[in-house]
Amino acid sequence: MTGKGRALAWQAAAVVSATAVVLYFANNVATNLAVRGIQFGFGFLWAKAGFDIPFHLVEWDVNFPYGRALWVAGVNTLFASAICIVFASALGLTLALMRLSGNLLAVGTSRALIEVIRNTPQLLQIVFFYFAVLQALPPMRQSVTIGTSVFLNVRGLYVPAASGELWDWISGITLVGVLVAAVLWKRMGMLVPRLLVLPPVLIVGLLAAGFTAQWEPPALKGFNFVGGVRIPPEILALALGVSIYTSAFIAENVRAAILGVHKGQTEAAFSLGLTKGRTMALVVLPQALRLLIPPLTSQYLNIIKSTTLGAAIAYPEILQIFARTVLNQSGRAIEVMTLVLGVFLVVNLIASAGMNAWNRRLALQGR
Amino acid sequence: MKRVMQAPLFKALFGSRGNTVVTLLMVALFALLLPGLVRWMFGHAVWEAANRAACRLADDGACWAFIRARFALFFYGTYPEGERWRVHAGLALLVVVGTGTLFSHRRRGAWLLALMTVVPVADAVLLAGGMFGLAAVPTERWGGLMLNLVISFVALGGAMPIGIALAFGRRSTWPVIRYGSIGLIEFWRGVPLLTVLFMGLVLLPLFLPNGVNVDNLVRALVVMTIFTGAYMAECVRGGLQGVERGQSEAALALGMHTTQVQLLVVLPQALRLAIPGIINIAVDLFKDTSLVSIVGLFDLMGVVGQSLKDPAWTGLASEGYVFAAIVFFFACLVISLGGSVLERHFSAVPRAGKS
Repeated sequence: MTGKGRALAWQAAAVVSATAVVLYFANNVATNLAVRGIQFGFGFLWAKAGFDIPFHLVEWDVNFPYGRALWVAGVNTLFASAICIVFASALGLTLALMRLSGNLLAVGTSRALIEVIRNTPQLLQIVFFYFAVLQALPPMRQSVTIGTSVFLNVRGLYVPAASGELWDWISGITLVGVLVAAVLWKRMGMLVPRLLVLPPVLIVGLLAAGFTAQWEPPALKGFNFVGGVRIPPEILALALGVSIYTSAFIAENVRAAILGVHKGQTEAAFSLGLTKGRTMALVVLPQALRLLIPPLTSQYLNIIKSTTLGAAIAYPEILQIFARTVLNQSGRAIEVMTLVLGVFLVVNLIASAGMNAWNRRLALQGR
Repeated sequence: MKRVMQAPLFKALFGSRGNTVVTLLMVALFALLLPGLVRWMFGHAVWEAANRAACRLADDGACWAFIRARFALFFYGTYPEGERWRVHAGLALLVVVGTGTLFSHRRRGAWLLALMTVVPVADAVLLAGGMFGLAAVPTERWGGLMLNLVISFVALGGAMPIGIALAFGRRSTWPVIRYGSIGLIEFWRGVPLLTVLFMGLVLLPLFLPNGVNVDNLVRALVVMTIFTGAYMAECVRGGLQGVERGQSEAALALGMHTTQVQLLVVLPQALRLAIPGIINIAVDLFKDTSLVSIVGLFDLMGVVGQSLKDPAWTGLASEGYVFAAIVFFFACLVISLGGSVLERHFSAVPRAGKS
């Protein structure tokens, strides 16, 4: 009985002190806002923004309201995250395979790369790619030409633009189909691992779409390129920095997962007469994937959070647009920071819930 | 020939057809990349020059003269030259007491007390000055690697008690404490550090009474400490979970109080288990201190970035950032090595019940 009473007393004390702290801060905030003459409220989201967002995937105009800027910046953040997740996974897998290949040179190179990447700050890598590599490129007129119609210069990477109805349909169906198959692939996965089937399907589908498309290459006219698509250096640097940094961690996770599969499994598969390749594909990899998902989830969440570092090179993501531009213009610190933090918390919550659900499906039953 | 084919090195490189292909590919890659890199870093590098123009003589070499000209700035920021001995003294004090705490077998409590009370106060007095005849040095003049170290040590030191408290809170059976701790931990782990730093920059002044002005460095220190504390909590929680139940049961059976059991029996063992995780946090924290350059502090990254704008040394981003990367790399290496020494030191203690 005394234990119960003590528990109640302590918890009540915690609630009271927490409330007191919150009230103290709230009181300070109210005084400070009153002194500065600011009315708290999210009404400013409907006010005209009046600034330009240099890189936007959804429609943006200086006359649009602040609320729309949140959407535009959010899409930019998600876009950068998606690119980084794809490249970081591919690079991480490559590094892990090199590390596990048993070839002395490959193992050594992979180890050295992983150590160097892991022990230097991510911000340093992003800023290095931006200022030391991409900003050091030649100006428009002396662009570096890759092949015949890809140009790289200080203003960014210019690639041919694809258009056409067939291109839209085929590429869209391929992307959605592969994505759906990757998630829903069930029984067949035991015999034909999706990792071996889906990437070729993706490549073939995109190639087929590419053949049907009208390609419009960028061409230098006067002082600027006409046609094609410009990929700005900010997104390039952010993608390079974040992908390379995270790939080193993913490589270690992949390696740990593959080595974490019990040796008896491989031996049993061999003794059943499975070849080395089939053992890897049917026995080791499916079990490794199960071990890999939890750490991989946290790496992907890290990537989403890391895209905020784009603020250092003025990539227009949420932090840059909201915590800098909008905050400076409107002076609404509390509302802006609440929105920014809220967006990241929600994205994190959704992503980890989704990954947990996937993990539950793959996890060993009855353990 | 046969003996060569049997040699382990040969087998490792040309053992099978696939292996040979990989080896040749790697060699080709090295041949493509390494000569240019070595030429840039060493062969054609310029070590002594008065400014950028003098460096340009070797166009495909690095201009290390820039680093040499800025060396002191990169390590101390604009800390006054005559006062830099205070930085060295502060670091020496920390290293001596820290080593004493970790490795002395007797009187560890005294050392720990000194580390927690004497060192922070003495170092703060040494660095900031303004008393005992030491000239005051405002925090705006702290910079370079010294600032990275200051933030790392303060944040790590402050994160330990926060992390331990939150870890116990998360394991508590009292719902208010439990869910409060979970909420705090998940909030701080769910948001990016940079947004948190912005929060400290713009929200902290609003949360404090009107007219109280907080130093820019202090704002960064506060949020970095709480942020690291949340990660530390998860790490300590892992350690707490790793301590066998028998330990606390035995302690309870001996008549110890619940609080005593947790603090004297469970926590020390949990911290020992948490050492690898704590080292990881320390390395991550040290790398993340570079983020303060975005919120207007001049740590190593910030100082390098600012030096690049100097007209006398313009356009030397590669040199500046490569140098910063080397410094960070070796600093992280030192933390990792120190960590593994620590790990071995503490795992050498025989575990009760197993021997």
